Amino acid sequence: MTFKGWILPLLLIAPQVLISAVFFFYPAGQAIWQSLFIPDPFGLSMQWVGLGNFEYLLGNKYYLASFWTTAVFSTLVTVTSMVPALFLAVIADRLIKGAGTYRTLLIWPYAVAPAVAGVLWLFMFNTRVGIVSWYLGLLGYDWNHVLDGTQAMGLVVVASSWGRISYNFLFFYAALQSVPKSVIEAAAIDGARFWRRFWTIVLPLLSPTTFFLLVVNIIYAFFETFGVIHTITGGGPQQATTILVYKVYADGFVGQDLGSSAAQSVILLVVVGLLTVLQFKFVEKRVHY
Amino acid sequence: MKSIVMGAVAMATTALVPLSAAAQTEIELWHAFSGRLAELVDAQVADFNASQSDYSVVATSKGNYSETLNAGIAAFRAGEQPDILMVFEVGTATMMAAKGATKPVFELMADAGVDFDPDAYIGAVKGYYTTTDGQMLSLPFNSSTPVLYVNRDAFTKAGLDPDMDLSTWQNVDAALSQLQDGGQDCGITTAWQSWVQLENLSAYHNVPFATQENGFAGFDTELAFNGPLQVKHIDMMGQWAKDGKFLYAGRRNEGGANFRAGDCALFTESSAGYAGVKAEAQFDFDIRALPYYADAEGAPQNTIIGGASLWVMAGQTDEEYVGVAQFLNYLSSPEVQAQWHQDTGYLPITTAAADLTREQGFYDENPGTDVAVVQMTMNAPTANSKGIRLGSFDQIRTVIDEELEAVWAGDKDAQAALDSAVSRGNELLRRFEQTAR
Repeated sequence: MTFKGWILPLLLIAPQVLISAVFFFYPAGQAIWQSLFIPDPFGLSMQWVGLGNFEYLLGNKYYLASFWTTAVFSTLVTVTSMVPALFLAVIADRLIKGAGTYRTLLIWPYAVAPAVAGVLWLFMFNTRVGIVSWYLGLLGYDWNHVLDGTQAMGLVVVASSWGRISYNFLFFYAALQSVPKSVIEAAAIDGARFWRRFWTIVLPLLSPTTFFLLVVNIIYAFFETFGVIHTITGGGPQQATTILVYKVYADGFVGQDLGSSAAQSVILLVVVGLLTVLQFKFVEKRVHY
Repeated sequence: MKSIVMGAVAMATTALVPLSAAAQTEIELWHAFSGRLAELVDAQVADFNASQSDYSVVATSKGNYSETLNAGIAAFRAGEQPDILMVFEVGTATMMAAKGATKPVFELMADAGVDFDPDAYIGAVKGYYTTTDGQMLSLPFNSSTPVLYVNRDAFTKAGLDPDMDLSTWQNVDAALSQLQDGGQDCGITTAWQSWVQLENLSAYHNVPFATQENGFAGFDTELAFNGPLQVKHIDMMGQWAKDGKFLYAGRRNEGGANFRAGDCALFTESSAGYAGVKAEAQFDFDIRALPYYADAEGAPQNTIIGGASLWVMAGQTDEEYVGVAQFLNYLSSPEVQAQWHQDTGYLPITTAAADLTREQGFYDENPGTDVAVVQMTMNAPTANSKGIRLGSFDQIRTVIDEELEAVWAGDKDAQAALDSAVSRGNELLRRFEQTAR
């Protein structure tokens, strides 16, 4: 069907355009504009610095190091939140009795806010009173994420991924339910065992969901994890868990350096934009719809 | 029953509010306290409101220190700023640089015609918030200074005399070795490492933390805490960390839990930590002055404060300012200050409040609570010991935390870590200088 005239089509897309303009284009434009200045926190004066904020950031080796930290962190969070989710979904899919209860329990953690999840994990791994660190101590493993960067990274990855597993589980579970039973039965009759059926039939059929979750989880790891970092490590020890988005928060809202913070959000926007383009260009080719 | 009482109270207040609101000028105070401290502030405010009928102060908590400062800044940008904003000491330079956003206290008091004597305030407290030409910009409110907490039982258990002299770091070093030999797992832990082990260390030994009188004389200041004294101290603590005598528990005051539970024998922490230690410690403890290096010339000088002050925001009516001036005057009165000092462990901000506390016999009943006062007031503050005023100070402290963690983990030696902290911090200072221009 085609529309006559242009008023109705314009009206139909107007809400979407309006929402994008108010909640995305306007703030993004503001961030780009602010990144060209060094403003004073109270908004009393602004110094035009052109690309000075970007030069300052990109010439700073500690800032560049947080790109690597972010890459490690996002990869780990994506893998840690997707693989167990898929595993749990496959098992839940095979359940006949009690599937509903099992499913509901698995979805619960998603309702916990990231900062609260951070506090929960922090308590379990607290170096003095944490139950997990106490058991690790009994096993002869010295847990001290306050000084050990690798352990700190592990802890923030687990805390960030935990709630996400529920979200991913939900999507995988729904996708598994829509895999045609006839295809699987045909393969079973041909003598393919469970894992062979999974690798050659189920996984390829899940690929649109997997791809969607990959994109969404990377964006999550990039943008929404600062609450966890803030409550657990504050970016430390040293700079072991200072990821880009945490630095945006810390420099802007703790350090009051709004120019640098704005420039960092622009850089982050570009990085995530590029990543998404790359994913659609290369990874999507392997997706079977 | 409870709901009936609540209902009656609600009815009574709704009946009263319109009557008083018509005549009263409302004064907003935003603070950063929660729990017991917020209750104490509320009590002070209620007292002030009851003492007169022209003004009504409304106190609101805005989260932690950083969040409160942010809320104040955001409100100012929207033209909705409170009359009084509590700002922690590291935010002082940010507030000072924001000319036009604040109304300096000395000006407020002169305009309002309220009797105000800056000399009534303790020098080292006042100095932090006063310009180099002696004008007070914000009213000191909650101020503390670091002291040494000693677990006497741990000393006895390790076979040491709990009354041994711990006035110097050399003695502490020797004591830590003996404690370790006596089977004590954690010798010492600290809170607020930058504030205690670098900022106060520098002031206490009369060496600069930064050039330009620690930033008081200009925004073109550069960090200077990589001198021989600071390197020697951090190096020694690094050695303690390596030997397992010093336990690093975190960037804030996480170490307090270790000390209060009796794990650690010594603890360097704010004098305001007293209430917590007293409430929780199941052992005999006492409070000593912060140790110093006996061989350092000019030591001990005096320690500097941490905490917050009250800034008066610009853009309010003259009528409100008169009320603000009266409220600030009330807060500084000896009775209010003495009570605050005794309730919290924060320093009395005026000499009169300290004297009153002594007269009331509080120091005799609570030995050690006057250590902080003595330590702050033992000498007239010098250019190196009246305080520190740096832009982006919160971020500079984070840089210092990161570099010190490298020393405690054994990744860097003290000199390299402090050099790196100085150069990274100087970059932040140059950026701040640009915003303040």
